[in-house]
Amino acid sequence: MNIIVLVKQVPDTTEIKLDPKTGNLIREGIESIMNPDDRHALEAAVSLKESVGGRVTAVSMGPPQAIDVITEAFGMGADRGILLSDRAFAGADTWATSLTLGKAMEKIGDYDLIICGRQAIDGDTAQIGPQVADHLNIPHVSYVFGIDEITEDHLVVRRRLENGFERIETPLPALLTVIGELNTPRYAVVGQLIAACGEKASIEIWNAADIGAKTSELGLEGSLTHVIKTFAPKFKRQGEILEGNAGESIGALIGKLRENRIL
Amino acid sequence: MTVWIDAELCNACKRCVKACPYEGVEMRDGKAHILDRCTSCGACIESCKQKAILTDAKPREIPDFSDRKGVWVFAEQRDGVLHSVSLELLGKAGELAESLKQDVSAVLMGNEVEHLAETLFHHGADHVYLIEDPALAQYRAMAYTQSFEQLIQRFKPNILLMGATHIGRDLAPRVSRRVAVGLTADCTELSIDPDENILLQTRPAFGGNVMATIANRYSRPQMATVRPGVMEATEDSGKRGDIIRESLSMTEQDIKTKVLEIVREAKKTGDLGKAKIIVAGGRGVGDTDGFKVLEDLAEVVGGEVAGTRVAVEEGWISADRQVGQTGQSVRPELYIACGISGAIQHRAGIANARYIVAINRDARAPIFQVADWGIVGDLHELVPEMIRQLKGA
Repeated sequence: MNIIVLVKQVPDTTEIKLDPKTGNLIREGIESIMNPDDRHALEAAVSLKESVGGRVTAVSMGPPQAIDVITEAFGMGADRGILLSDRAFAGADTWATSLTLGKAMEKIGDYDLIICGRQAIDGDTAQIGPQVADHLNIPHVSYVFGIDEITEDHLVVRRRLENGFERIETPLPALLTVIGELNTPRYAVVGQLIAACGEKASIEIWNAADIGAKTSELGLEGSLTHVIKTFAPKFKRQGEILEGNAGESIGALIGKLRENRIL
Repeated sequence: MTVWIDAELCNACKRCVKACPYEGVEMRDGKAHILDRCTSCGACIESCKQKAILTDAKPREIPDFSDRKGVWVFAEQRDGVLHSVSLELLGKAGELAESLKQDVSAVLMGNEVEHLAETLFHHGADHVYLIEDPALAQYRAMAYTQSFEQLIQRFKPNILLMGATHIGRDLAPRVSRRVAVGLTADCTELSIDPDENILLQTRPAFGGNVMATIANRYSRPQMATVRPGVMEATEDSGKRGDIIRESLSMTEQDIKTKVLEIVREAKKTGDLGKAKIIVAGGRGVGDTDGFKVLEDLAEVVGGEVAGTRVAVEEGWISADRQVGQTGQSVRPELYIACGISGAIQHRAGIANARYIVAINRDARAPIFQVADWGIVGDLHELVPEMIRQLKGA
């Protein structure tokens, strides 16, 4: 079974701080990590390989330093790594990103299964998986938290719903987006990591020409949506602090709530 | 394409620094300087009064979309029950359609679901596009995508909104790719730009740390998803509309996937999205027992209990009770935040609450900036006191 895993390097957004004066994002010193959902995608791919045999290819798109997530993927058990990196890819929205990834999948060619994380923590859009699947004209199942059955030509998975789940059968090739509930990712094995670092040259770097894409359809130029403004979120509230001991402050609070007919 | 600055012309007004959505311009030695972070988006070029910012990019032509009309909403139903987010979106669609002087339509698919059209009319739909087929009984990505493709090609809508549910977030990206349009996920605000007449889509970016307004100038329909609980439904039981029927042109072979079973897992507690009062806890609650006290308060005030990401990760409360950017957005009348510092991801999820009360030991906690009333103190003392006073009354 040939499995492709899509991984993304993201800023650790839980560590982000705002400048208290300007309200602007402080970008310096933010660590880059492998997107959390993608770790679960890799774990799923590697454990499938271990049970049914095959080969795992990790693919990422990003600046040259995103090679770190490919190296980490090797440490977790990937057999091949490809980094899509080109200045022409920069500033892409999900339309241009899914086109870039889709073309890379077409070039790789002989895949049975593509697995990605449900969403990346920097964008939170959850769009890339389904969009790549549609580009390739293969079925997809999102929010996967269980893989019940796998054969050469089909797959039965559990898809999380808000109030339960559904079991879905899909023919292969197919694309899955997975959530954290699916598994517990293994730690990268140091030996494999060192081997991967030693063979960094074996990580293939593909640019726009390699995937046969015109620069006009890539990156910001090829995007259909554009950010026209960013701003710090504003919250307008009265912000009254109620003073006194516990009995007094709670008494004042209940008074306010009754005054405003909430209680 | 590249952007650069003519240092001779630059008068250090810093307009470009403010205009850049990516913080890609900074001042160096009294002149603006473009950083590596620049994505060549061109926002700074328009802001410069000195015409000191130059680019080799050709202006991109905006196609003529004058034949694109109507604001569409995906009427998501499961087992013949409409999802509340679809009705909320119809409310918003009504406002957008009024600015554009266009009609509102709902897109309804399923098996024997025609009876839902009336509810859609009452909530603001002028038309309902209806596709009924046994193959559409359960949501399946390929079948629903194909149906949307067919409707969009034939009726050429201007805007298409879907709820950011587990179905909407599965379907919307697939449809957007199929009909080659841009898509903005999880919008918290939608409005029409009065000059360009385009849809302005505002959503949290960078994990909710900044808000971004996004435009979709180059493709139609302009597609966006919105989370449940963000918009407000309106109702007019006298409103009527018409049904436009289409049929599915797809075989089981083309649909590819099969839904083998759907398992409902009963929730022990009520729906957070519909709760009038929510008592929520964060790191400061400390443990599962701490949450028991919050439950007591919730019972006294007739509300629901919720938690932050930390509380869920600590296992003090289940994941379906999580409020915030990665959990649910809520809009209760009253939100009582206990021991919650107010990380911006959490604040984004409660921005639509009518009133917010914060109880926290740390006076510097950001939650106080978004609270209507705050008490600085120990929640383990204050919450039992509140229960006592309310019960005594």
